[in-house]
Amino acid sequence: MNDIYLDNNATTMVSPEVLEEMLPFFCEQFGNPSSLHNFGNKVGFALKKARQQVQTLLGAEHDSEIVFTSCGTESDSTAILSALRAQPERKEIITTVVEHPAVLTLCEYLETEGYTVHKLEVDSKGRLDLDKYASLLSDNVAVVSVMWANNESGTIFPVEKMADMAHEAGIMFHTDAVQAVGKLPINLQESNIHMLSVSGHKLHAPKGIGVLYLKRGTRFRPLLRGGHQERGRRAGTENAAAIVGLGKACELAMQHMAFENTTVKAMRDRLEAGILAAVPYSFATGDVDNRLPNTASIAFEYIEGEAILLLMNKVGIAASSGSACTSGSLEPSHVMRAMGIPYTAAHGTVRFSFSRYNTMEEVERVIAEVPEIVAKLRKLSPYWEGDGPAENPEQAFAPVYA
Amino acid sequence: MWDYSEKVKEHFYNPKNAGAAENANATGEVGSLSCGDALRLTLKVDPDTEIILDAGFQTFGCGSAIASSSALTEIIKGMTLDQALEVSNQDIADFLDGLPPEKMHCSVMGREALQAAVADYRGEVWSDDHEEGALICKCFAIDEVMIEDTIRANSLTTVEEVTNYTKAGGGCSACHEGIENVLTRVMAESGQAFVAGGVGSAIAAKSKATPVAATPAAAAPVEAAPKTDIKRISTIMRVLEAVRPRLQADGGDCELMDIDGNTIYVNLTGACMGCQMASMTLGGIQQQLIEELGEFVRLVQVEKKADKLVGIGG
Repeated sequence: MNDIYLDNNATTMVSPEVLEEMLPFFCEQFGNPSSLHNFGNKVGFALKKARQQVQTLLGAEHDSEIVFTSCGTESDSTAILSALRAQPERKEIITTVVEHPAVLTLCEYLETEGYTVHKLEVDSKGRLDLDKYASLLSDNVAVVSVMWANNESGTIFPVEKMADMAHEAGIMFHTDAVQAVGKLPINLQESNIHMLSVSGHKLHAPKGIGVLYLKRGTRFRPLLRGGHQERGRRAGTENAAAIVGLGKACELAMQHMAFENTTVKAMRDRLEAGILAAVPYSFATGDVDNRLPNTASIAFEYIEGEAILLLMNKVGIAASSGSACTSGSLEPSHVMRAMGIPYTAAHGTVRFSFSRYNTMEEVERVIAEVPEIVAKLRKLSPYWEGDGPAENPEQAFAPVYA
Repeated sequence: MWDYSEKVKEHFYNPKNAGAAENANATGEVGSLSCGDALRLTLKVDPDTEIILDAGFQTFGCGSAIASSSALTEIIKGMTLDQALEVSNQDIADFLDGLPPEKMHCSVMGREALQAAVADYRGEVWSDDHEEGALICKCFAIDEVMIEDTIRANSLTTVEEVTNYTKAGGGCSACHEGIENVLTRVMAESGQAFVAGGVGSAIAAKSKATPVAATPAAAAPVEAAPKTDIKRISTIMRVLEAVRPRLQADGGDCELMDIDGNTIYVNLTGACMGCQMASMTLGGIQQQLIEELGEFVRLVQVEKKADKLVGIGG
């Protein structure tokens, strides 16, 4: 039996159609798109086509609003640092406590450089308080950076509305949309979003390619200077094959948008319902009525996530966890903690994330395997006695703090 | 995914002594729920001989925490309490054929559970003297709290000193930014300002000759290091001679190649070469040299290739 891949929010398989489109650009069409001769010229046309394919998926008004970068992280850094450099008199940033490290770690570093970072908190379902957000908008704020959808819980933020509010207040708005692009319909020409980050490998393009959408007229300062590539906004020879691949991936994502929100969503819903019915003391995290169609985040109480992943991996199921041990950090997922999920559950969260390449047959196999794995680990847990948690589990086991 | 040994996997997939020991008369509970590892160790101790007749564990934790718990119970069964207290966290890690640096704290937790259980049996109060912080140096598994404490206790002011005292930063050097941040914070407590050392301490130490320089291997150490005196060289050679039998027992060896100021070039050969533990071995020898010489030295691995010294990292 084949292994089951349910970790598509981490990265996705490159679509065979995408790979096929890319192959000529290694040994045949290898020219530098900046060159005048035929070798380069053809590549230049291929990049133009890819740019338009990305433009279509994002609903951007102009293809020149698409800037190719090396990854989502580069797009995030470029956007935030550009906003600060273009408006040196503004020293504040608004973001959220549940952003991806690509934004959070940068913001923490900027704090040491003297910037003030406002991190919006979330409620138990991972939702933002827009009144609080409105109260922070001021002439001191250089940029708002809020993710479109959360990578761990799948919770969707009202970024279009938040962009309207920022625009109204004369503040630049950036969104890290790496999880949303390809899964949710996006129409940027109708929005007030000024900057948006895309990562190719989240939507079946290869790793090492990203996009920064930059609305025409938004003041901009490049991260990399040096060449005229990307109209001088991102110097460096284009990763031509990957750009071509991303273009094709965007075209395919556009074609599968409805499929993603019906068939893929149905697989996710079946998996979640099946597991929650079969495993006691487990619950779904995040805003379950308003989330990505492909993501289920389930907390298994009284056990630890890495142990769950290792046992699932043994039977050929790939997923991921917000436990501290998975990442080598000392705290469980900042997203789970921000939602106030207790440690005994936060360490046991497992994220299942689908793609259009999964099948319902795989879903049934996972539903059949997971309850036994959870039961095996609970037998080892000091919080568990027989068929249920120990009475007052937090008191029954209170280890000396180490 | 972690690079777990087969032994770790074996003890995780099929843990030994899971569950509470029957008729246990000693219990130790340690761990930190915030960092996701907690362990209850139960022992059945013979009151006359103090021999551990049975041991059982219940663990909330990751694969290596469960494997470390299983290993601990296997190691201590049949030992007396005094013998068991001699078991170090390194013994637990060795029993499992090693743990990734990020996971060494799992073995520390096992040793602490044992101390707590023995204290419980003897009617003593066990207090934990060990606080764990974020891992800074991955080469030598040194955490933030240890670095902070060492800086405070010894009034350290440079990354080089921190390396000298804790080993942190003595390997790949990727954590030097992290160490500088800790220095900045701790020194600010006493009103001092951390002053960074230009390009970097390690670079300055190497400036006279880099390991890639084509120094003939045949050249005698004395000629290549005009500043070193006989006594210093003999100390270095004595330390290296002392560690060689241990390396040779594992099919490896360590040969002195050159000395240049405070940089000592050695050739780790045989089973040591390319071994995951090579950097740990180098670090260990370097630490001994630092202690014996009473000065900071860097130990750099070079490979003998034709008549050149080829650096493979330091």
